[in-house]
Amino acid sequence: MSLKRTMALLVGIAFGIILVKGQVISWFEIQKMFRFQSAYMYLVIGSSVVVGAISLLIIKRLEMKTVSGEEIEIREKPFNKGVIYGGIIFGMGWAITGACPGPIYAQIGSGTYLALVTFVSALGGAYLYALLQPKLPH
Amino acid sequence: MWDKILQPWPWYITGPLIGLMVPSLLLFTGKTFGISGSFRRIDAICLPKSKLSYLRTDRWRDYIWQLLMVAGIVIGGYIGNHLLSAEPVPFLPESYYNTSGVIKLVIGGILVGFGTRYANGCTSGHTIMGLSNLRWPSLVATISFFIGGLFTTFVL
Repeated sequence: MSLKRTMALLVGIAFGIILVKGQVISWFEIQKMFRFQSAYMYLVIGSSVVVGAISLLIIKRLEMKTVSGEEIEIREKPFNKGVIYGGIIFGMGWAITGACPGPIYAQIGSGTYLALVTFVSALGGAYLYALLQPKLPH
Repeated sequence: MWDKILQPWPWYITGPLIGLMVPSLLLFTGKTFGISGSFRRIDAICLPKSKLSYLRTDRWRDYIWQLLMVAGIVIGGYIGNHLLSAEPVPFLPESYYNTSGVIKLVIGGILVGFGTRYANGCTSGHTIMGLSNLRWPSLVATISFFIGGLFTTFVL
């Protein structure tokens, strides 16, 4: 396996461990977040964005390259109406399942096998999007 | 130290570590952080003969790294809950382990898969990656996620 792919796997493993140990994959924590019963998830998300933003500023300012010496190009997502409509639809699913996409994978690995239902349904949801994409407002 | 690792981690450890996923992935692989695209990849791989352009045009071979990353998340989920926890904890409530719970997860899962693809990103790609990159469409996306989640929690 190439270095890049090995590193992607390792980043995934680290992310999975952090999601579990930080309770980010817990339905209970997501409920507390949406019910404003706990500041925990807001602090997690807020501090992750602060650290992510500072990291990107440093990478850009120093014009850093990847470990294999390639230019770093950050892919930017353009705006369309789907960001709003799709975002609201995803948010509804997030509140019901207690899991956004990363946590779905981590829940399965953690032994909450019921999350396989969420996972297969999410694949179905993505297929539904593929089916309806030409007709949806974007 | 080891005792602390085995307990749930505080936000000031969890949040910054999640933030560090962004530069780690960029510096080690040159890739932009995001998870929900993997649903499209998996659908495209499972349905190679699909005529739907969204699946047909998916260049999943360029995203093997993403599939490995999500496989890593599954492995990390196991390690985190079984090797790095005092005792494994459940992440879905008991009340979901029946027919109506499964129906909820099916509906919720479909909304997650459909919504993240429609929005072209999830909490990883928009909230963590997009906001870190100071992108306003990702702020709109994040606000939309919370509108949907709060509506479901308080109105439905």
